[in-house]
Amino acid sequence: MPGIIEQERYTCGIGALQSVVAIPRAVPILHSGPGCGTMIAGFFERSTGYAGGNTSPCTNFSEREVIFGGVEKLRGVIENASKILDSDLQVILTGCTSAIIGDDIESAANDFLERGFPIVHAETAGFKLSNFEAHSVIANAVIDQYADRFTDENPPRSEKSLVNLFASIPYQDLFWKGNLREYKRLLEGLGLRVNVLFGPRSRGVAEWRSIPRANFNILVSPWYGWPIVKNLEEKYGQPFFHFRWMPIGANETTRFLRGALAFALAHGADLDEEKACEFIEKEEHEFYEELDNLATFLLEFRYGLPNHVHILHDSGYVLGFSKFLLHETGMVPKESFATENTPEEYFDVIRADMDSTSAKRSLPLFFEPDAGKAQDMLRSITHKGRGLIIGSSWEKELAKEKGFDYLPASVPSSYRLAMTTNYIGYSGGLRVIEDIYGVVLGSYD
Amino acid sequence: MSINLRAAEIPPRERRLGSITGFFGTAEELVSESRTCGLKDKSRSFSQCLGCSTSNAACTTILIQDAATISHGPVGCASCLHDFAFTYRVDAQRRGLRDVTQRKIYSTNLTERETIYGGAEKLANAVREVYQRAKPNAIFIITTCASGIIGDDVEGCAKDMQEELGIPISAIFCEGFRSKMWTSGFDAGYHGIARSLIKKPQIKRNIVNVINFWGTDIFRQWLAPFGCEPNYITPYSTVEAISRSSEARATIQACSTLGSYLGAVLEQEFGVPEIKTSPPYGIAQTERWFRALGELLGNPEAAERAINEKKAEFMPKIEQFRRLLKGKTAYVTAGASHGHSLLAVLGELGMTPLGAAIFHHDPLYDNGSEESDTLQHVVRDYGDVPNYNVCNKQEFELVNALNRVRPDILLARHGGMTRWGAKMGIPTLLIGDEHFGMGYEGLANYGETILETIENDEFVKNLEKHAQNPYTKWWLEQKPSAFLEGGPCYARDN
Repeated sequence: MPGIIEQERYTCGIGALQSVVAIPRAVPILHSGPGCGTMIAGFFERSTGYAGGNTSPCTNFSEREVIFGGVEKLRGVIENASKILDSDLQVILTGCTSAIIGDDIESAANDFLERGFPIVHAETAGFKLSNFEAHSVIANAVIDQYADRFTDENPPRSEKSLVNLFASIPYQDLFWKGNLREYKRLLEGLGLRVNVLFGPRSRGVAEWRSIPRANFNILVSPWYGWPIVKNLEEKYGQPFFHFRWMPIGANETTRFLRGALAFALAHGADLDEEKACEFIEKEEHEFYEELDNLATFLLEFRYGLPNHVHILHDSGYVLGFSKFLLHETGMVPKESFATENTPEEYFDVIRADMDSTSAKRSLPLFFEPDAGKAQDMLRSITHKGRGLIIGSSWEKELAKEKGFDYLPASVPSSYRLAMTTNYIGYSGGLRVIEDIYGVVLGSYD
Repeated sequence: MSINLRAAEIPPRERRLGSITGFFGTAEELVSESRTCGLKDKSRSFSQCLGCSTSNAACTTILIQDAATISHGPVGCASCLHDFAFTYRVDAQRRGLRDVTQRKIYSTNLTERETIYGGAEKLANAVREVYQRAKPNAIFIITTCASGIIGDDVEGCAKDMQEELGIPISAIFCEGFRSKMWTSGFDAGYHGIARSLIKKPQIKRNIVNVINFWGTDIFRQWLAPFGCEPNYITPYSTVEAISRSSEARATIQACSTLGSYLGAVLEQEFGVPEIKTSPPYGIAQTERWFRALGELLGNPEAAERAINEKKAEFMPKIEQFRRLLKGKTAYVTAGASHGHSLLAVLGELGMTPLGAAIFHHDPLYDNGSEESDTLQHVVRDYGDVPNYNVCNKQEFELVNALNRVRPDILLARHGGMTRWGAKMGIPTLLIGDEHFGMGYEGLANYGETILETIENDEFVKNLEKHAQNPYTKWWLEQKPSAFLEGGPCYARDN
């Protein structure tokens, strides 16, 4: 039986309404209790987008719906939502109330579908799954119930250089917008065309309709998003290139791009390999020019720099930060925590990925959604030297207690505003360096 | 309805007070309907996300210095509560709190298994774990839709655990689906606090309970002439201080929407008289309020002196702002009583309210006294308010109404609403400190800030040119009440 959770770093299934908010001109419709939308808006903050937050239609279950069912109310809300709000896609998300009483959403959604509404539905009850899992449920719902209806115009795998990218979870990854933009730029640098699907660089529903056309898919994630690429593999025969952590900095970004390039070529993408390699080299060069300058600072700064780091984040970030910081800044990752409620079947492979970071040392990693417990553990651990904590706003107090430097980089993020900054890629690595050592230098009054 | 602290749950506001969330008309009509025929709520055939009782109940417990709060539900039902940790840290400065400790917020993390087999055992284990981990002086369990529907015996669990652990453990029933008014969560929170913490008084002390949020400590100065000190409850208070709030000589409320239930409980169950008249916003109400305070504390002279001193100090400033703001128009969106108070501030500053979107309406508060009807005072002191809309944060109605009236300024009290003012190029002001507008000084505060906000309109004027708007042209041409029961777009089967 999973235990209590203190200091949540993720939220429940209905939190994936933010994935809908991230699709241009899509509207989430909540069939849920009255507070669900507010809880999610409050968790992510500054996350309203086109039609999230107080704009999202919601059936606001009352005792009447709990007793008599809420489908009729839902029908009214859907009908009127389309009159009141301009949208290209409506996505119904169900909450705990609807799931427990067993409302039949599907037939309601299908009726509207038959009337030509661009509408899909997804089961996202909070007691069943987390927002990390529900993100895939939403993406698959849009693929199966919407995009799949347009395959006549979008024959499967008909564009050899087109890929669908599944990486950052919108809003759950504090840097999702910047990260997706940067993935797209980097992959386009190889000569690929990229459906990024979420955020301002997506072409909205037109792009979702073109998903089948893609030659293959790219998944950047240790585990979340897996059901999407499996679904597409089964549905359209699209293979996928899987990269299991966030490519932060030069080593991992080059590994990611070379992997994607080899995969694309092996699957018949029409790419100029030489030009693609030149692009990678040019990007690397820009990165190392900065690292050259940084080395002097790292080696000569005599007032104190952090020599070790604790990371509390989802496993993709814990791996990505660890690999980057150890090899590209010299900071040693100590006890770190994957806080996203990682499914057990992925523990081994994530641990192995953590261990492969260094040939000489093992990097302690704990799977701990109860981040309050993780904090208590860190309270009792001391390492020699100055420490850095990378985590959410909850870590601000802990860092203060321990006298550590603190870099907020995860949700909830009360002390940091992130808009279009990216942490992945070559430029992302440099930005992480700027942010960490900016905090360190700023600590000198 | 009389108070019964033996009952585990209290009925939500719609059943207890006859409160409503749907009305279009004028403020005067609403006050008069509340008095004569009783209010009938109207439903909507379109609705947007509300808010729910569980977070308002959490607001009454999380900010208690030495208590822990457990949300009994799936993780999602506790996911916005981290915001109270931020509030606690930042506003602690306004209260001079030195030892700012981490907030203790937990979720029992209900999963599918518990929806089938029940979650009471998991809750009991959670309480033990929290007790070990946080060593709190009290634990509050707030319920959620999921725990409510599956019917966990939360009250029984709290009782057993209290016996086992020897600290107050309180079940607070605040499932979102029980009420259309998230403010019912305040009442539920206070009910749990009163049942588990407040003790019968042994002595009387020269303290006055102030039921508020996180507002600046202005009452220390205000109460000094009466020989009393404020006992702020419940944010920043301690389990011990709350348990002795029965020893106070009086209770005052920063906002009747917030303090209605606790004020009545303290008077009816613990003999602490509350000031019935509405909170002190606007000159007329500030004077009534100070006189009521003087009367209650047996020192009417001190009240007259305070009024005269403050008048002498602040009236010249207020007069100046009245001249500068004369004829300026405003629209208000806020929770009920505080929204009324903002209308009083506008009236006092000589501004013209063009309308209001107020989240709900209580015909009377728990004390049953007409003296506490904040909206009635506003209407009597400053005249009627047109386009008075009772609407529980239904953004589509607000956007529609705001688009019609286009005021010089939008005053908001809750997050999420302000951006619509800005998107329409309307200078918009949200003040988080609920004490900011109180008394004579509050009028000077608001006068200055309103002027500054109207003056600094470059940002909103620029945003207006580039703002995205998801609302259809069709909708903006309908009446704002079109989807309310009785309106032209309201469908009968809803």
